[in-house]
Amino acid sequence: MSDSAHREMWEKLDMDLEAHDALLAVLGTFYGDIYLSQENRLKGAEYLDFVLSEVHGLRIKELEQAKAEGRKVIGSFCVFVPEEIALAADAVHVGLCAGAEAGTELAEQLVPRNTCALIKSFIGFKMAKICPFTESSDMIVGETTCDGKKKAYEAFNEIAPTYVMEVPQTKTAAAKALWKTEVLRYLAEVEQLTGVTITPERLKRGIQVANDKRRALQRLTALRAANPAPISGRDALLVNQISFYDEPIRFTTKINELCDELESRIQAKEGVTPGTTPRLLLSGCPMAVPNWKLPYIVEGSGAVIVGEESCIGTRNSRDLVDESGDTLDAMIDALVDRYMKIDCACFTPNTERLDNVTSLAKELNADGVIHYSLLFCQPYAHETLKVDKALQSEGIPMLSIETDYSMEDVEQLKTRVEAFVETLA
Amino acid sequence: MIIGLDIGSRSIELVGIVDREVVHTKQVPTTFDPLFQCSELLDGLRPASLVGTGYGRNLIQQLDLGCPCSTITEIKAHAFGAAHLFPEARTVLDIGGQDTKAIALAKGKVMKFEMNDRCAAGTGKFLEYTASVFQIPIEEFGHYALKGENPPEISSICTVFAETEATSLMARGERPENIALGLHKTIIKRTVSMLNRVGLTFPLVFTGGVANNPCVRELLASALKITKPTDLLIPATPDMAGALGAALIGCGQQ
Ligand code: SF4
Ligand code: SF4
Repeated sequence: MSDSAHREMWEKLDMDLEAHDALLAVLGTFYGDIYLSQENRLKGAEYLDFVLSEVHGLRIKELEQAKAEGRKVIGSFCVFVPEEIALAADAVHVGLCAGAEAGTELAEQLVPRNTCALIKSFIGFKMAKICPFTESSDMIVGETTCDGKKKAYEAFNEIAPTYVMEVPQTKTAAAKALWKTEVLRYLAEVEQLTGVTITPERLKRGIQVANDKRRALQRLTALRAANPAPISGRDALLVNQISFYDEPIRFTTKINELCDELESRIQAKEGVTPGTTPRLLLSGCPMAVPNWKLPYIVEGSGAVIVGEESCIGTRNSRDLVDESGDTLDAMIDALVDRYMKIDCACFTPNTERLDNVTSLAKELNADGVIHYSLLFCQPYAHETLKVDKALQSEGIPMLSIETDYSMEDVEQLKTRVEAFVETLA
Repeated sequence: MIIGLDIGSRSIELVGIVDREVVHTKQVPTTFDPLFQCSELLDGLRPASLVGTGYGRNLIQQLDLGCPCSTITEIKAHAFGAAHLFPEARTVLDIGGQDTKAIALAKGKVMKFEMNDRCAAGTGKFLEYTASVFQIPIEEFGHYALKGENPPEISSICTVFAETEATSLMARGERPENIALGLHKTIIKRTVSMLNRVGLTFPLVFTGGVANNPCVRELLASALKITKPTDLLIPATPDMAGALGAALIGCGQQ
């Protein structure tokens, strides 16, 4: 599709073309520096490059086509929003990214300055009219996973059609019951939005598509245990990021192909870096596109990232929905069970996460963990201390990083990360 | 000769070593042209290898020295330098121009470290900035502060806010020496909490330019309730520790 056709489409979406040009320019430079400059890249990375280069082009065109066929687009910011339900209703489910600083000043008109970068980013993207996914969404689903988000969706609702799911904060039976009513309420909302009645067959299909996607991601995670690391952490992060917005069946096929390539690499003992490279697990807050700052710094410091314990990572792919149920109710229960396993820092207590981080670090043969939390993110900042303790007792070193999307601390981050890598060497 | 070059935000130090003996040391201010300053420092020297450290460590790639060059972080460099000077050291505190680092050592190796976030609160920059408000040369600021007694509480560790607090205290007629002492105390508070976070064990080695400041030394010793002089060790030239560590690592690489 030509650039001018893209522009026409963006204009129709009422985007701010000038601001959007600026965003794309930054994104392009970033992508070149951080991704295209890598050595020993996989053939399968061509898919990643293509998807990313067309993220605001062909993918949006597909959304437009879906909409022309009467399908709906549902955007979300959190892995708690069940994709299976959107899929069952033939809707397109996209994760909205919110990983750049654009529109921050505008966002500060709606949310306090001391708000995490992710929240400011999604509000900023909307106010600055630079995100075609946000503009294409017929409904945006929020969730009450932290106070920042909870309050931000109140403001966001004034500028975008927002529906909020109440995510419980504990894992008691009562909490689970609450979550079930929320899932049912959401299902009814999606039925109303799409005009589709969700039958057991439809939901079964939705569950399968989402599970297949997760199985492909699980396969990728497992392959990264190999030494030398067969894929860079940056590319793997990109795979995880793309899993939120590319067409799920195509994505699954492509990632399975990529995994085939990884398998033959592993067999040939080939890697992206030598087998002596320190291996790190990233853990903590999600990293939305194009938040590649820390992975770039880490892999520029002579280490390789072998896993992401984050929502754009294993927290999204670790658990599957049980596929054995045939009635709507059994499937809803299976969904509820699966989602209640998410070990988001918003839960109290959240001890599963401590076990998950340590076991993941061991499974992936990581030499250390970098814990990442966004500035002003209370839940993950708190858990930093707990995760550190848990890892310490297992003899796994951890470095904690607290930062946002700005570039002003890059040099200091480099010093910290390099020093941490030095201690592992 | 093996050279360690510590390119910091405020000054650049060079240490040259032959057979593990220091044969050459030199220091210049960083200025806005650190690359030029580095070539001045290296003028006439023919290193067999060079190890760069500090904030500007990557500049050495542009020096074109014709010898093997590598870089390490200032954290490893200070740890190495301190452990060489005082093999019994268990913790290192380095307060430099822009950063403060607390490092826990085990057998001379870095076990854990803490470093200040993006802002320069509690670092040499803080002292430099506040000294300029008093119109006192930075080298004398510590001596000046030692003349103070009953320091007023300065609650802000932010360099800019601390200045505001200092000026309003002056306007209220507080003795400037007391205010200067109060400002020194804010650095200590922050430093001690950083030391505790890495699990402070003695002996503690204090390096970096700020270790030259007598008031900071004294306040630190009293805040840490140090009774034995062997618990707080300060090199004769604390600002050279990073360059020394880098040079020693260069020897190890030979
Ligand atoms: S960290 Fe929590 S709130 Fe954020 S996406 Fe993950 S589950 Fe949702
Ligand atoms: S990063 Fe933290 S503060 Fe921000 S939305 Fe997620 S949980 Fe809330």
